[in-house]
Amino acid sequence: MTGYVLRRIGQAVVVLWAAYTVTFVILYLLPSDPVALQLAANNVEIDSLSPEQREAAAARLGLDRPVWEQYLGMLLGALRGDFGVSFAKQVPVGELIADRLPPTAILSAFAVLIALVFGVALALFATWLPRGPVAAILRRVPAVGVSVPGFWIGLLLIQVFAFTLGWFPAMGNEGPASYVLPAITMAIPTSAVLAQVLIRSFDDTLSEPYIATARAKGLSRWSVQLRHAFRNAALPTLTILGLLVGATVTGSIVVETVFSRHGLGRLAQESVLAQDVPVVQAIVVLAAGAFVVVNLIVDLLYPLLDPRISHTPNVSRA
Amino acid sequence: MTVTVLESPPTTDFDAVPSGPAAAAPTASLARTRRPVGALLRRFGVILALGIILFAVLSAVVPQLLATYDPTATAPLDRLLPPSPTHWFGTDELGRDLYSRVVHGSALTIAATALAVGLALVVGLTLGVLSGFVGGLTDSIAMRIVDVFLAIPGLLLALAIVTALGFGTIPVAIAVGIGIVPGFARTTRAEVLRVRTLPYIEAARAGGASWTRILITHILPNSWGPVMVLAVLDIGVAILAVASLSFLGFGAAPPAAEWGTLIANGRNYLVTAPWVSLIPGLFVAVVVLSLNHLSKTLEEVQR
Repeated sequence: MTGYVLRRIGQAVVVLWAAYTVTFVILYLLPSDPVALQLAANNVEIDSLSPEQREAAAARLGLDRPVWEQYLGMLLGALRGDFGVSFAKQVPVGELIADRLPPTAILSAFAVLIALVFGVALALFATWLPRGPVAAILRRVPAVGVSVPGFWIGLLLIQVFAFTLGWFPAMGNEGPASYVLPAITMAIPTSAVLAQVLIRSFDDTLSEPYIATARAKGLSRWSVQLRHAFRNAALPTLTILGLLVGATVTGSIVVETVFSRHGLGRLAQESVLAQDVPVVQAIVVLAAGAFVVVNLIVDLLYPLLDPRISHTPNVSRA
Repeated sequence: MTVTVLESPPTTDFDAVPSGPAAAAPTASLARTRRPVGALLRRFGVILALGIILFAVLSAVVPQLLATYDPTATAPLDRLLPPSPTHWFGTDELGRDLYSRVVHGSALTIAATALAVGLALVVGLTLGVLSGFVGGLTDSIAMRIVDVFLAIPGLLLALAIVTALGFGTIPVAIAVGIGIVPGFARTTRAEVLRVRTLPYIEAARAGGASWTRILITHILPNSWGPVMVLAVLDIGVAILAVASLSFLGFGAAPPAAEWGTLIANGRNYLVTAPWVSLIPGLFVAVVVLSLNHLSKTLEEVQR
């Protein structure tokens, strides 16, 4: 078991390193001319420069060095938390992110909470109800939730609750009320995914023999649902927890753009638009880091929660 | 027995009632006599969904047949008109007919989606089957690669790719496609692994069948279902991702209209003319919902 834990942590570190490398390859090696891309972020046309100026610019940006040297330098910097300087804003990336992260983190926490409550409640109720029109409709609700574009939900909420009813502000970061609409917007697709997985998982679990036994003993549907089915049915949803965290990060990009909020997601959108490579890379690596850590925790907890899963070597095919 | 009837999936198609084992017959006929209206409604839903998907595909291929106006013809006097019999979806800030703009917007969005899902299907399926079936070192390597891509949330990976490749329909399509590969690979692998441990595989193995034979005749047909369902579902996911990226401003440059661009463009008129962004958004939602419904029905038919 200890061996498994150590191996799993090692894997997480490798995945994170590989994610960094993938973003490096995508962002620094794919563009045909990184110097032009980075000068363009400062509104400088590459064609207007003389060859000497161009070389000077490349040297200043550190792009005249061999690729592996650039890579190692950046990787070592990233390990120390130094992600370089934003091309567009001329501010260290670390400072930019430290400034933008807190509002997004609070918003995401709210959204995940709402999503959990909605998703679990919907799944519990939809599978508890005997088959009939209400159950059929409830079972279709998550499909609607995942089909609707996030930005569209945001626009609709703004139109109804901000412009028509005037209950909540339509944009900005002022006060707790400004969190309500964005958090709901982020939570809807997330809770829909959660409910879909849970409903499916409940259906599978409820058709297992031990559930028939529990019912045969005379337990009520509700009791079977909560005490016998829930624990087993909830297990598969743990595996998508990491995906849900990722979904909130990407959700924040759209939501913060729609609600004109100050935050990490907005920073991501602006940085891509300005092709501000170091900022984009830092945000992507940060999100990957959050995902890897959540998944690591889930993987370590899973065998404890589900004794059917073991991590002894599998020799069935030998 | 009661429990079985309660939990048995409703039959969606009268012709599709399983004819195989005799034991299944009473359950099926019970469900049929109990919920004829539900079954019909469900069929109607499927037909509606197919109709909407067909409409979206047609509008991508032959927009001129479906559009009622020239999508770029401006009419300053008719700006920001609400939906009416003459302008089904209303008009935008330049007086252009929104319905025609949505219909013409399909081409770019659907093409990007097709490219993205095609890419994801080929790469994801190959990785997943290899990984789940061969196992061992191949599995470890393939899954580590998938893990790395899975660790980067889809839309963020897409954003990184778009930052590098530049803006436009094709970079967006490639970015979205690569973003959904990991899900495909994982699902395929999980299905292959699940099927591999089932008793009938053991039986086939004990009966002397080679692994290749087992892969082709037992594992693939039995693990294909969920992958197929995911593929239909992922078309919807890809449409949403493409729309999101173009909403954020990384799609085709104006005046070309993608669904996402249309919605983004309407944001500025949300107070005075909410339909300019809400109706194209509703259209996207309805198309994706239809794909979801189709995917769900496929799943139920297979069970």
